[in-house]
Amino acid sequence: MDTLLSVENLTVKFRLRQGDLTAVDNVSFTLGRGERLGLVGESGAGKSVTGFSLINLISKPGFIDSGSIRFEDIEITRLSDTAMRKVRGEKISMIFQDPMMTLNPVLTIGTQMIETLRAHVGCSRRQAEAIALENIRKVHIPSPEKRLKQYPHEMSGGMRQRIVIAIALMASPGLIIADEPTTALDVTIQAEIMDLLLELCATEGVGLILITHDLAVVSQVTQRIAVMYAGRIVETGDTQQIVHRPKHPYTQGLLAALPQHSNRQNRLNQIPGVMPSLIKIPPGCSFHERCDLCQDLCREQIPQLNEKSSGAHVACHLAE
Amino acid sequence: MDTTHAHNAAASSATPLLETVNLVKHFDISGGLLDRIQWRGSNLEFARTVVRAVNNVSLSIAKGETLSVVGESGCGKSTLARTVLGLYPPQSGQVLYRGERIDNLSPQQMLPYRTKMQMVFQDPYASLNPRMKVREILEEPVRFHHKEKSRSEVKDRVAEVMKQVGVCPDWGERYPHEFSGGQRQRISIARALVVDTEFIVADEPISALDVSIQAQILNLLMDAQEQRSLTYLFISHDLSVVEHISTRVAVMYLGFLCELAPTEELFTNPRHPYTQALLSAIPQLGAPSQDHIRLSGDVPTPINLPPGCVFHGRCPHADKRCRREIPAFLASGDTTLVACHGVEEGRI
Repeated sequence: MDTLLSVENLTVKFRLRQGDLTAVDNVSFTLGRGERLGLVGESGAGKSVTGFSLINLISKPGFIDSGSIRFEDIEITRLSDTAMRKVRGEKISMIFQDPMMTLNPVLTIGTQMIETLRAHVGCSRRQAEAIALENIRKVHIPSPEKRLKQYPHEMSGGMRQRIVIAIALMASPGLIIADEPTTALDVTIQAEIMDLLLELCATEGVGLILITHDLAVVSQVTQRIAVMYAGRIVETGDTQQIVHRPKHPYTQGLLAALPQHSNRQNRLNQIPGVMPSLIKIPPGCSFHERCDLCQDLCREQIPQLNEKSSGAHVACHLAE
Repeated sequence: MDTTHAHNAAASSATPLLETVNLVKHFDISGGLLDRIQWRGSNLEFARTVVRAVNNVSLSIAKGETLSVVGESGCGKSTLARTVLGLYPPQSGQVLYRGERIDNLSPQQMLPYRTKMQMVFQDPYASLNPRMKVREILEEPVRFHHKEKSRSEVKDRVAEVMKQVGVCPDWGERYPHEFSGGQRQRISIARALVVDTEFIVADEPISALDVSIQAQILNLLMDAQEQRSLTYLFISHDLSVVEHISTRVAVMYLGFLCELAPTEELFTNPRHPYTQALLSAIPQLGAPSQDHIRLSGDVPTPINLPPGCVFHGRCPHADKRCRREIPAFLASGDTTLVACHGVEEGRI
C-alpha cells in the first residue's frame, strides 16, 4: 500500500506557567492510502491533540515541538498559514464531535456548503450548488434541494452530522480525521453514521483516522489501532489482533474493564488509579503506577515501541 | 441465573419496594400569553405547547433488584427517574413506596422517605457544591435527617462511608475541584449512602467517566448493593453496562414503555421491534459491523406525539392498527411485558 501520511517522532507541547506540558510525546505512525486507523485512549491521552496537529490546528499556548508530519509529499509542520489552508478541507478534512458547534447556526446549509467549495475549488455558484447536492445525496439525506435552504437547528443531530460529513467530502480529500464523530449521538444513529463513514471510505477511497474512546466502535470500523496513554502510543497493530490478543498491560486492562456478555453481574476488572496528569508524568513507563507487573526497569526507563513476535508494536519492557 | 430471575419476578409481584401506576408527566412550555396566541382561520386562539415526557408508565421494583431504564436521548428516562423521587410532581398516576402513596405528600410528610430514597446524578462536576468541602457535603444529609446524632457520631458515619467508597477520610477537608471525575462520582455515591438509604436512583452515573474509571464505579455500585441490599433504579443509554448490572430492563421510547423483561430474556429474545433495533445497533467488540436493523427516519418530538403506537413511523412492521390505536402493555411469555400490536397478534 502506498503511504498517504507518515508521522514521525511528533511531540506537541503546551507552554504553561508551571512549565511545558507534553500532550503528545514522540508519536510515530503511518497510514496507507484508503486505510482506516483508530486512535484510542481515555480523555487526556493526547489522541485529539494528535489529530489536530495533523492539520496544524494547534494554537497557542500549544506548539509542535519536534517531529515531522508528511502528507503525500507535503511536510505539514513547515507549511505557511496560506499553504495550510489549502491542505485543510482540500486534502485533509476533519469531522468534530458536536455537529451543532461545527455548523454556523445563522447560515443555511447551502450557504455553508457552497462557501466551503468556492473557497477551495474556485468554481461558479451553479457548479458549487450541483456538487453540494451530489454530496448531500451521497450521505443519504432525502430531498437535498430542501435541505440546502434549511438552517442547522431545523435538523436532528444525526442529520447535522451527515451534513458535516458531506461538507468534509466535498473537495474530495485523501484523508478524513473524525474526532469522536458519534459520541454526541444515540446508538441507533451512531450505527448509521459509522456505516456511512465505512461506505464512503470504500467508494471514495478516502483514508480515515477515527479518534474515539469507544473500543467496540473502533474494532468494527478500523483496520489498525493505535492505543494512546498519557501522550504516548503504547500499542499499535492490526485491529482484530489487538482487540482479541492485547499485549500491553494497559490495553489488556482496558479491554477487560468492558462489560461483556459472558461475565454478567460479576465484578469487572478494574485498572486501579487514574491516568497521571500530563504535567507530572512519572519517569519510566507512564503506566507503571497502575501496572500489576511493574518492575524496577519500568520505573526508570521509558519503553520503546518495538515489534513483538505477534507483529504488533508494543511499548512495554515485559511484553514478549 | 434463571432461578434468581424467577425469584425476582415472583418477589416483585408480592411486595414491590417501589411502584409507579400510570405515571404521567407533561411539561407546559407554551410560555407567556403572547407566545400562545395563534390564528386558526380567522379566529384568535390560545394554544398550549406540551412536552409529553412520561406517558402512562407502570412498573414495579422489587427489593434488592436493579431495574434499568434504557432509551435514546429525549425518551423521558431521566424525567421518569425524577418524578419517581418527587423532584417533579406528576400530572397524574401514582408513585408507591412499600405500598404507600408518596406522590401527593407534603414536603414535611415526605421527609422520612427522603432518607430512604437517594439519587446519584450524571455529572459529578455539577452535582457537588464547589464551595463546600467534601466533609461538609457528606455531613449535611446526616445532620439534616438525623438531628439526634452527636457531632462525633456524624463524623464517624461519614468516615465509614468514605472508606467504603474508596475515598480516604483524610481528604474530607478538600474541595470537589481537587478530585478527578471518578473520585467525585465516588463522593456523590457516598453522599447517597450516608443516610439510611434503601433505594437509589442513579441517572447515567458513569456516562461522564472514562472506560477504566467506569469499571471502578460499576464495581462500587455492585459492592454497595450487596453489602446493604440496596435497590437501584438505573438510568442509562449504554446497553452493555445495563446488561452487566441489571436484574430487569425497561426500554422506553418517546415517554412510553415498550418492553420490560428480565435482562437475560431481553438481550437474547427481544420482542418489541424497537428493542430489536436498539440491541442490533450496539457495537460489538471485535465483531465485524453486522447487518443491524436500520430504522428509517428520526425520533419524533415528544411535543407532537404521533397517534397510535408512537413507534409506528419508524417501525418496519407497522400496519393500520398501529397507526390508530395505542398498544397496551401486555404480558408476553412468563416474565416479559410488551407494548406492541404486532407481538400481541403474533405477527412479529
